[in-house]
Amino acid sequence: MELLDWTLVSSTIRMVTPILLAALGGALCARVGIFNVGLEGLILVGAFSAIVGNHFTGNLFLAILIAALASVLFSLLFAYMTIRMKANEIVVGVAINFLALGLTTFALRAVFGVKGAFYDKDMAGLPRLDIPVLKDIPVLGDILSGHSPLVYVAFIAAILLYVFFYRTVTGFRVLAVGLNPVAARSLGLKVTGLQVLAIVMCGALCGVAGAQLSLGQVTMFSEGMTAGRGFIALVAMMMGQSHPLGILASSLLFGLMDALSIRLQGFSLPTQITSMLPYVLTILAMFFLKDKGQGSSNQQSTR
Amino acid sequence: MAYRLEMRDMTKKYGNFIANDKVSFSLAAGEVHAIVGENGAGKTTLMRMLYGMEQPTSGDIVLGDKKVTFRGPEDAIQSGIGMVHQHFMLFGEFTVTENIVIGYEPKQAGFFKRKEAVEKVRLLSEQYRIPIDAQAQVSSCSIGEQQRVEILKVLYQGADIIVLDEPTAVLTPLEVRELLQTIRNLAQSGKSVILITHKLQEVMEVADRITVLRGGKVTGTVSREETNVDDLARLMVGRELQELSERVALERGPLLQVENLTVREKQTLLDQVSFTVHHGEIVGIAGVSGNGQSELLQALSGLRTAGEGSIRLGGKDVTNQSVATIRRTGLAHIPEDRYMWGTAKLESVEENALMGYQRKPEYYRRGIVKREAFRQVVRGWVERFAIKTGSRQLQELAGNLSGGNLQKLIVARELGQETPFLIAAEPTRGVDIGAMEYIHQALIEKRNQGDGILLVSSELSEILALSDRILVMYKGKIAGELARSEATEEKISVLMAGGSVHGSSQRAR
Repeated sequence: MELLDWTLVSSTIRMVTPILLAALGGALCARVGIFNVGLEGLILVGAFSAIVGNHFTGNLFLAILIAALASVLFSLLFAYMTIRMKANEIVVGVAINFLALGLTTFALRAVFGVKGAFYDKDMAGLPRLDIPVLKDIPVLGDILSGHSPLVYVAFIAAILLYVFFYRTVTGFRVLAVGLNPVAARSLGLKVTGLQVLAIVMCGALCGVAGAQLSLGQVTMFSEGMTAGRGFIALVAMMMGQSHPLGILASSLLFGLMDALSIRLQGFSLPTQITSMLPYVLTILAMFFLKDKGQGSSNQQSTR
Repeated sequence: MAYRLEMRDMTKKYGNFIANDKVSFSLAAGEVHAIVGENGAGKTTLMRMLYGMEQPTSGDIVLGDKKVTFRGPEDAIQSGIGMVHQHFMLFGEFTVTENIVIGYEPKQAGFFKRKEAVEKVRLLSEQYRIPIDAQAQVSSCSIGEQQRVEILKVLYQGADIIVLDEPTAVLTPLEVRELLQTIRNLAQSGKSVILITHKLQEVMEVADRITVLRGGKVTGTVSREETNVDDLARLMVGRELQELSERVALERGPLLQVENLTVREKQTLLDQVSFTVHHGEIVGIAGVSGNGQSELLQALSGLRTAGEGSIRLGGKDVTNQSVATIRRTGLAHIPEDRYMWGTAKLESVEENALMGYQRKPEYYRRGIVKREAFRQVVRGWVERFAIKTGSRQLQELAGNLSGGNLQKLIVARELGQETPFLIAAEPTRGVDIGAMEYIHQALIEKRNQGDGILLVSSELSEILALSDRILVMYKGKIAGELARSEATEEKISVLMAGGSVHGSSQRAR
């Protein structure tokens, strides 16, 4: 097996999806001035709920919907704690992560009666979408065609988020809230409402990210299967300066590392070593980030 | 006469404290009506009630011929009342246009029509002769331009009554002139302007009528023709203002010697600055803010590293020493930004006063601060400077004090250090005439005792009133030096703008 070939690009695109979706969600929160470290937990809840939804409804579309709803519900808890109760967002985010880990592990036993992981060979995963015409083009077809629908959703979401931020009125106001909440409030903008909106949208994106994780790449759920992807998404968000297209680029970089780490396992490197790759990159990325604030933190104190 | 706006017998009580006591105020179409008064006279309370941010205890607001109640700023904006806040409410990263239209964006199917917005802003800018670059980023605009953005925003929102809260406090002399012209233009085109200020000179230039508040009551409403600055000052303060003490001529040895001081960051912020402050001398530094004054003060006080040059204080080299060392050597510092450098907003008045004194043997023993001993001193300051500390007195949070009172606390604290050298940066920013008089007097007395003061102020009148010598800074350099006898506002203004003054003695090495 070669180290680098075109299938690596294809698997990069597949691996990037959950990171990209969650990073976009994180960017929404960052843009309203909330640093959401709970992405990891929100993805995990999504991943579990997708399996539950699939198991009980047998309908993949409903499964994704249930995943999104479950994560939205969780993100509402985050919103209530940070905005209404004015709790520290980092603390609440960490709490969300542990709550999600504990709750999904517990529910795994309660619902499916298994420990560690749930797998059902009869359960259908997300289908591969073959895009007509494109799939027949050599190389390009292999890379771009034949992914789960959520892969395409993720890339479209990045573009939609760009349009939302920079072309729509609501997006413009969302940006305003993050830049200067005091000024936004004095203009009569609904600051709290916009913040909740951003958090809820973040929840939905994380839910879908989770669904891709448990239904797209494999068709199973295992405890803590997010394996730090939420945090990588956080770094991707910061590296991309909370800009949708920047995040697209930085997420692709992390997706590539993810794909590479799997590829390297074929070279009889221990998995423990190869799976460190994305995290090594995360640490390296921090060096480049050290002088740049993430999009939301450059507000000045008034007075 | 039918007024556009009338406020009748407005009263606002906070507990037992009466902030406004039957204040009546009227405003005609096309009129500029100034409200003047010292800090705490009730100007802000009155305007907050007009803008829906406070509810009056009693009294009526009548717009046209209708009685109105505003539950919030939105209601006031809807009724055509616009407020330009003293602290701008702008988004630095957005463009001028975006800042003006925000909240009332032209849109189609949820999409923001930016081109149409730019067009609207251009039209508005021409209509009211308020020049602005509609597509510039606000953070790259000067303070004067930012203020124009605020005024245009209010006009865009459809205001007929425009409230300007201390609009000239942050402007350069040239910008002030432009603003006053803008106010006249607005009045000519039928808008009514309420101007809140304590700069009486400006009031006399632009206002049609003037209402003076003192202690929450109206002490007079007069038309401009029948009054003058002195009368207004008397109405405001309630007594005659005193002349400053005589300047005593003193034997003047050098105290602070700065040579070739240079500070670089990405560009050169301070370029080969040399000057001397003598004992018994006040040296004023004039200049448009952002021309190196802040960097100079920070380098002198140890808050910023100097790249080149030397600073000697009382003969001792203090270049790039720590703040504590320099202060021990003999520096006290009234910082220019009282919130950033001067106080801890979330701590009490007492704690804030204590800063810098905590290690003095009088108030400190074996790691324990002797609070009671110190409290006496703070009480003395509060009394002498008439600092209004609020209901919890010394335990009140510093952030709850009004800007002027907080400034007085800082001035008292720094003067109390009784060091030979004092940096006074904007010592009277935001304080009222009475307190300003007191602070000026205190500075002159300090000078007469043989101490040296470096005064940085954006108020030329303050520089002219206090300084023995005036240095003008432009682009990180000292652009010129004027002796007290030869200094005029015009000469300084020219130097501030980068010109040169014939006959000014270029700074001596």
